[in-house]
Amino acid sequence: MSQISITLLRLGFLILLWALVLSAIGVLRSDLYGTRVTSRGKGMNRRKTDARADKMATPSRAATGVRTGGMSPRESTAAHLAVTAGPLKGTTIPLGSAPVMIGRAATCTVVIEDDYCSSRHCRVYPDGGQWMVEDLGSTNGTFLSNQRVDDPVPFHVGDKLSLGATAIELRS
Amino acid sequence: MATVAEIRVHRGRRSEVALLAIAVLIAVLARALVDYHADVLELRDLGIYALTAVGLATTAHLVLRRYAPSADTVLLPAVFALNGIGIAMIRRIDFAYAERGRDTTFGNVQIGWAILGIALMIGVILLVRDHRVLRRYTYTAGLVGLIGLMLPLFPVIGTEINGARIWIHLFGRSLQPAEFAKIALVIFFAGYLVTNRDTLALAGPKFLGMRFPRPRDMGPLVLVWLASMLVQVYERDLGTSLLFFGVFLAMLYVATERLSWVIVGLGMFVAGAAFAGTVFAHVHSRYEAWLHALDPAVYASGASEQLVRGLFGMASGGLLGTGLGEGRPDLVPYAESDFIISSLGEELGLTGVMAILTLYVIIVQRAMRTAIGVRDGFGKLLAVGLGFSLALQVFIVVGGVTRVIPLTGLTTPFLAYGGSSMLANWIVVGLILRISDQARRPSQEVS
Repeated sequence: MSQISITLLRLGFLILLWALVLSAIGVLRSDLYGTRVTSRGKGMNRRKTDARADKMATPSRAATGVRTGGMSPRESTAAHLAVTAGPLKGTTIPLGSAPVMIGRAATCTVVIEDDYCSSRHCRVYPDGGQWMVEDLGSTNGTFLSNQRVDDPVPFHVGDKLSLGATAIELRS
Repeated sequence: MATVAEIRVHRGRRSEVALLAIAVLIAVLARALVDYHADVLELRDLGIYALTAVGLATTAHLVLRRYAPSADTVLLPAVFALNGIGIAMIRRIDFAYAERGRDTTFGNVQIGWAILGIALMIGVILLVRDHRVLRRYTYTAGLVGLIGLMLPLFPVIGTEINGARIWIHLFGRSLQPAEFAKIALVIFFAGYLVTNRDTLALAGPKFLGMRFPRPRDMGPLVLVWLASMLVQVYERDLGTSLLFFGVFLAMLYVATERLSWVIVGLGMFVAGAAFAGTVFAHVHSRYEAWLHALDPAVYASGASEQLVRGLFGMASGGLLGTGLGEGRPDLVPYAESDFIISSLGEELGLTGVMAILTLYVIIVQRAMRTAIGVRDGFGKLLAVGLGFSLALQVFIVVGGVTRVIPLTGLTTPFLAYGGSSMLANWIVVGLILRISDQARRPSQEVS
């Protein structure tokens, strides 16, 4: 073999080494596994999200009880719970056919970080074409339009549900 | 409030095939270059070598596909490439020794060790179906590890080679039990720390903004420190002692999340090492050879000769190296084992050594990623310990050869000539692969 081809092979070997290293790193870049945690209005983004929530949940809507409709056509057709006050202000929870558990426990559908909430505070569930709300023995009580809830009572569109510092409105 | 969603895992066994192909190509090309320069290039022999490499890679890949389908995909190719480079380099040093009338067959023996190592790795994958069973052997592993570590000190079987007493003689072969003790002790540390980390993590006085451990919780740390000091003084091996203590400290830090352990531990180690350096002559001469390596008097006395020759070798390699088979790595004593990094530095240059070190970084990163991904505490600590032991070992060896720390007698994992190191490190790879299989498997499939 000529000297030049030996030199080329010598450099080719180094290139091959780096080819392995770089393609291994390439494989690593696409190798994501485990769980992805998406923060919703906590930590660093808190202030920004709160400001946006303030803008979205205009006080006039909540105060007058006038239904102004959802933000998008899709949202306006499905019933949803809108949080108008408290740590989760600005959050909407679409309502399907399953009951919605609200409380501090991680197993709840809506997890509220509020010391005045019980771990399983109250439950919103569908019954005969309308939504019902029931208190689950909470310490500080659940209030629907300022009336204390004990046994299941109907939850009408526009009613305001209060638990701890949180206020939730049913919208359609 | 936060939502937690599971990311779908791409098993990526196909990318493993592609990477393995490159790794095998590297091994075969390295050998071809070495053989060509020694004028013994025969296509038939090269073909057999290539077929063996392909066969081993295929077997290992198929075993993973069948018995650990979610295991890490980058680990195996990286280790394969390192092994291939190491074998070629050792073979090349055989030829250089032969030119000077010294007949050695290190290269062929090393091929045998590599095959045995891969077989052991497959054995680990097949036998250890779930790494959590190892937790049952926590204290057994601790005992085995300590005995393994102290074995070279016993009369009759323990032998002293080149001033370090880290070998034992069994069946006409010399063996470094510390390499295997490393694995046993990592299993012990993981099992011990996962049970006791709360007492080690929570209690203690606060000082300088850090919570320091209570004196009565310092027992295990003091015990491991004493053992590592004994190794340093009586086995005359700073490397092994640093490795054990470092791995324990790293696992302690991971288990407790408390920096104070690291500070206390490092302080103890530095104090102990400095004390040993002033009191014991043989430790002192090691430090002298490191600090004043280029002093003509120290060089002439032979204390730093090997180290300085290695440095000259690497310097003559430069950026791109002299090319495989074109340098003179045999001028350095133990060029095939302790100083393989300087041999590689001479013939592959800085570019090649950087690629090799990056391969180590990738292996260690995969171990750490596995530790993050796996769901049980024991598995996390085990993966961290195994990964960190590889990283620290590479640091101690390469640091010693490049005069960052005092020179020690540890082996470069997967590269250096030596059966114990090769077998033990393949077992480590098998264990990491097994844990990574658990880590990457979707949660609903995990039993």
